[in-house]
Amino acid sequence: MKPLELPTMDMENKEVLRRIEITGDMLLNMGPQHPSTHGVINFLVQTDGEVMKRAIPEVGYLHRSLEKIGERCTYNGFMPYTDRVDYIAAMFANQGWAMAVERLLGLQVPKRAEYCRVIACELNRISSHLVSVGTMAMDIGAVTPFPYALREREFINDLLEELCGARLTYNYLRIGGVAFDLPSGYEEKVSSFLDHFEKILDEFNRLITYNEIFIKRLAHLAPIPGPMAIEYCLAGPNLRASGVGFDVRKDLPYSVYPDFQFDVPVGKGEVGTVGDSWDRFWCRVEEMRQSCRILRQALAQIPRDAQIMGKVPRKIKLPEGAEAYSRIESARGDMQYYVVAGPGENAHRVKIRTGSFTAMGIIDALSRGLMIADLVALIASLDVVAPEIDR
Amino acid sequence: MTFEEIQQRLAAKLGERIGALSPANKDPFLVVQAADLVAVCRLLKDDPDLAFDCLMNLSTVDWPKKNQIEVVYHLWSYPKRHSFILKVQLDRAGPEVPSVEPVWKSANWLEREQFDLMGVQFNGHPDLRRIMMPDDWVGHPLRKDYKEEAQWHNITTTRENSLEGYVRLDELAKKAAEAAAKKEVPS
Repeated sequence: MKPLELPTMDMENKEVLRRIEITGDMLLNMGPQHPSTHGVINFLVQTDGEVMKRAIPEVGYLHRSLEKIGERCTYNGFMPYTDRVDYIAAMFANQGWAMAVERLLGLQVPKRAEYCRVIACELNRISSHLVSVGTMAMDIGAVTPFPYALREREFINDLLEELCGARLTYNYLRIGGVAFDLPSGYEEKVSSFLDHFEKILDEFNRLITYNEIFIKRLAHLAPIPGPMAIEYCLAGPNLRASGVGFDVRKDLPYSVYPDFQFDVPVGKGEVGTVGDSWDRFWCRVEEMRQSCRILRQALAQIPRDAQIMGKVPRKIKLPEGAEAYSRIESARGDMQYYVVAGPGENAHRVKIRTGSFTAMGIIDALSRGLMIADLVALIASLDVVAPEIDR
Repeated sequence: MTFEEIQQRLAAKLGERIGALSPANKDPFLVVQAADLVAVCRLLKDDPDLAFDCLMNLSTVDWPKKNQIEVVYHLWSYPKRHSFILKVQLDRAGPEVPSVEPVWKSANWLEREQFDLMGVQFNGHPDLRRIMMPDDWVGHPLRKDYKEEAQWHNITTTRENSLEGYVRLDELAKKAAEAAAKKEVPS
């Protein structure tokens, strides 16, 4: 029989896009279209079998140059684009941008608008964490929790749709306030959802969080010690799982967060080491419970006056070179906007720092000596969202 | 500590190399020379009263009018819960600054991003490759004078404007009204 003839590639004379050179070991491309990479990310895995020597994240596939777009849009016109920074938790990107420009303008946001923002953001935080914990369980082989989580997320999507007309890219916040007031009967709807959801959280804990197999799979896996987390500038639940109790809502309070009583869940190494993958999972589950607490208080305390927009000039013009920095606690951690005002009606420079970007930077250092299957769990536990890395 | 106290403490340790704080609209910042940057950063991190253990953001701003590229370092201290802003002003033609990656590991990716998008050379960085754009991309997109090439590997970067050739009805009506008004004036 004639041997099968394989097509040969003349690599010498071809322009090959190769970003890194590794010789000797096996080099695997995990991604860009790998189901467990949570979007379009490529991992160059240098391996000599099942144990990795190194996994190098290659990002940029979803780079839409939002920062450049921000320089060309007016301040108000950039708001819908910020939704696309992180489509799983779009409300936070809205709020970061609104807060940065409000800080530049020295605007006072009406109290009711601030409460509307908090309600929308905390609902969004729950829905984002549901996606995170659901997909994390699915990535390591437990399929059941995923539809459980997405079922609950549907309720929140419906609630947010009722609030602002969109299910994913909300464009709900405005500079100086919010676009729409709460619809009539909204408070009751949210609180009946919370009654239902708090029971589901306990059920979720019984189903997966304290599941024996799940714990054995994740405990002691890729622990990040606190100093290392700070060194690599991790943020949000990833940082708190490593034992650093820092939450922007608590430590640098913004909006109306000082009005609420809530705890900051910090990883304690309950089943393994402090800062292991299970701690990161648990932190997110606990944060959903705290978000429920905040929501209940916000619904009870929301002021009844009807004003939802502050006094915003029709054309926002700022002195050239004025700059402001805003920090908010997004679902993926400390989201920061650095805005430098331009001469006209648009910004001179917009820089968005997101939690996913810094979380990706740590993977190279953490991956040494991990199994390939554990890389999947590590990526899932860091809860990276590809568009937020690349922006 | 406030910005002023941090600046005074730095000045006490490093003397004349530390200038005065520049007042911005909201947050004052400290401009340092590129040559002093790593020494200042080391001091900021190692001094137990300052304890800036986290470089939370690194951005660059292009100022064609001043012929300058500014590198902006936003620092944060978890133990002390205070922040500080450092700026380095570089020449636009060949911006070069020492890397702070040995001081804070998070600078690795943040500097790669600014190298890629703004073209700032970070000397001493262990792995200075492009991060967002492809390796063979020409130019640095966040520069103010950046002109996009029409295509990249036969992939077009522009597209036809599907609205070209169409005229807005209200503008048409406006033009007609203006023409009518002009005709009326001479008579």
